[in-house]
Amino acid sequence: MPNMSLKKNPMPAQEPEVRAHNFKEVALGYTEEQAIDEANRCLNCKNPLCVKGCPVNVPIPQFIKKVQEGDFEGAYQVISLTSSLPAVCGRVCPQETQCEAKCIRGIKGEPVGIGRLERFVADYHNEHATEAPEKPASNGHKVAVVGSGPAGLTCAGDLAKKGYDVTVFEAFHLAGGVLVYGIPEFRLPKAIVQKEVDTLKTLGVKVETNMVIGKTLTIDELMEEYGFEAVFVGSGAGLPRFMRIPGESLKGVYSANEFLTRNNLMKAYRDDATTPILRAKKVAVVGGGNVAMDAARTALRLGAEEVSIVYRRSLEELPARKEEVEHAMEEGIQFRLLNNPVEILGYNNPDDKRDPKNGSVIGMKCIKMELGEPDASGRRSPIEIPGSEFVLDVDCVIMSIGTSPNPLIKDTTAGLEVNRWGGIIVTEETGATTKPGVYAGGDAVTGAATVILAMGAGKTAAAAIDKQIMGE
Amino acid sequence: MYKILTMKALNPTVMQMEIESPLVARKAQPGQFIILRVDEDGERIPLTVAGTDPARGAVKIIFQIVGATTYKLSLKSEGESIQDFVGPLGKPTELEGLKKVAIVGGGVGCAIALPIAEKLHEMGCEVHSYVGFRNKDLVILEDEFKAASDKLIMMTDDGSYGRQGVVTVPLQEALEAGEAYDEVITIGPLIMMKFVVATTKPFGVKTTVSMNPIMIDGTGMCGGCRLTVGGKTKFACVDGPDFDGFEVDFDEAMSRGASYRDFEKHAYDEACNLFKKEVQ
Repeated sequence: MPNMSLKKNPMPAQEPEVRAHNFKEVALGYTEEQAIDEANRCLNCKNPLCVKGCPVNVPIPQFIKKVQEGDFEGAYQVISLTSSLPAVCGRVCPQETQCEAKCIRGIKGEPVGIGRLERFVADYHNEHATEAPEKPASNGHKVAVVGSGPAGLTCAGDLAKKGYDVTVFEAFHLAGGVLVYGIPEFRLPKAIVQKEVDTLKTLGVKVETNMVIGKTLTIDELMEEYGFEAVFVGSGAGLPRFMRIPGESLKGVYSANEFLTRNNLMKAYRDDATTPILRAKKVAVVGGGNVAMDAARTALRLGAEEVSIVYRRSLEELPARKEEVEHAMEEGIQFRLLNNPVEILGYNNPDDKRDPKNGSVIGMKCIKMELGEPDASGRRSPIEIPGSEFVLDVDCVIMSIGTSPNPLIKDTTAGLEVNRWGGIIVTEETGATTKPGVYAGGDAVTGAATVILAMGAGKTAAAAIDKQIMGE
Repeated sequence: MYKILTMKALNPTVMQMEIESPLVARKAQPGQFIILRVDEDGERIPLTVAGTDPARGAVKIIFQIVGATTYKLSLKSEGESIQDFVGPLGKPTELEGLKKVAIVGGGVGCAIALPIAEKLHEMGCEVHSYVGFRNKDLVILEDEFKAASDKLIMMTDDGSYGRQGVVTVPLQEALEAGEAYDEVITIGPLIMMKFVVATTKPFGVKTTVSMNPIMIDGTGMCGGCRLTVGGKTKFACVDGPDFDGFEVDFDEAMSRGASYRDFEKHAYDEACNLFKKEVQ
């Protein structure tokens, strides 16, 4: 008999007033009882629409069935058939626009908590699995993967399982890409990412850190001198965008990438940190995506008294994952919607040119917005309300308005074509670029998007690479 | 881990090291930089490549002990290793077609200027080097500069060696006397580069400056190294580190460069205290 409750089992979480002061994970995960109870809400549809909503087509009803039966390890094996990073996806996927958006139970009431179940299953496996996965027999073919974020790790995992000799090249000193430098510990514990990377290593994947492809080695060198038969480029998004308003170079203005990298990868939050970060009192984060939520909640945890999200549209258009917005609101992040910055104001002591405070942020001038007609993206475009300028009292501004693609690989790889925004051009069905043997996926192709879309692209490319090499 | 092949002190606060990194040694060109971490949990710092020996897989770096990280690095010994070493980053200095160039270096910046002077010299370009130091004890790489220059002008702030004064004085004199340089390439403290640019601008001599702002990834991801050049935001790590000196907003770069001065001073003091305790 299915559980006909209209509501999902709520996710146990740290209390907002407690978690706002620590970097530990916010959501604590279901217990076994909660997981089974939630799994029982699944109707096991004959034609499961949820699977169609998943970029990597996890067999959702099948894994949930195993959870209903209490066979959690079996459930993990089902998910593993198509997803290589379930512990990550269960935490960071925007389920409300993907699998759960299609769930029949969502028509009347809340959809099945698919993401929460996925997370539960992956965590159960990580806690209980004793056997290391076996290293597959080598097929003798070498493939290079550029970047160790979600696209690269997925591509590497899929190919390694097929017996390929895979080497992942990472520019940073640590593997994981955006999963380690971008997404904070309180949303995705780094131990989980490390575990996924370690699993790949047991499958035989080699990870070479401190390798900037396009600089240390080029793609042509990988293929011609090092004998890689195919290369997958999953180098991620690139240069942070700024608004081109006055004051963006003041002290105390960060890109979200810089702020988060200092905190997450370089551990600036620790008392014994070697990398500094501004411990601001009043912080404005400009933008409304997941990265903006991460930056705002990080600033709060670093001790800010007041943190605002400044977004030029309304709550309805906010692109961030729903749970992140809810968590941020619970923690006391202020949402200053329909506001747009026009200038960042800096301190300037007219009597003392050497005053160390000179050039520091002391405020941000904003203008109020209203929503007009829908634009090309289908979203209602924001319009300035004349004369509505006001100054927000802040000492730190974090720009989180997206990125533009990194030029390093494009500039050093002849034959690799990019679109007018700088994204690598690929054939969608295969991930093949305009250069033979070179594939690409993730933010390097699409611009800033989600972890799961990047994983989907890594998966697609892995299948195409296998076909290319085995077909020869 | 990356092995320290050789190390020596060039003056009381400036050290030279060769780090084993065959791939970087093979690729690095004058003007490019590397990023290193001394140990696990260490900070990432950018340092310009001061030379390479591809046959030995060696990359030369020269650094001044200014903060906790450079201090920790200076305490290492030959044969020991450092945690991370990545490069070569940034664009090489553009030298093609130059026939007569003034190289203007200040302090430890001379270490970065040297490989450029050497490369130009090797290309058959006439090189005039203007190098400045605070005093005689801090002079580095004099013989190397002599070997790579057609003319070497040594300046010290206090006159204890060479001529007394700042590098812009002889540069100004040379330009006034009608020296026709294709380009002036200057590397050193921001304030020095700012004045070099002020000196060359009236003469309309193309002037390239090498910027060394705060950086984290060095590959165009974080945007921490941004500068305003010609009114536009540029990233030193991928667009530079060389820029047209006439276009760079030096005052802004100096202000941003001081963002973490208190933290850095504190970290340096802590590192020194720890070391003192260990010695005791």
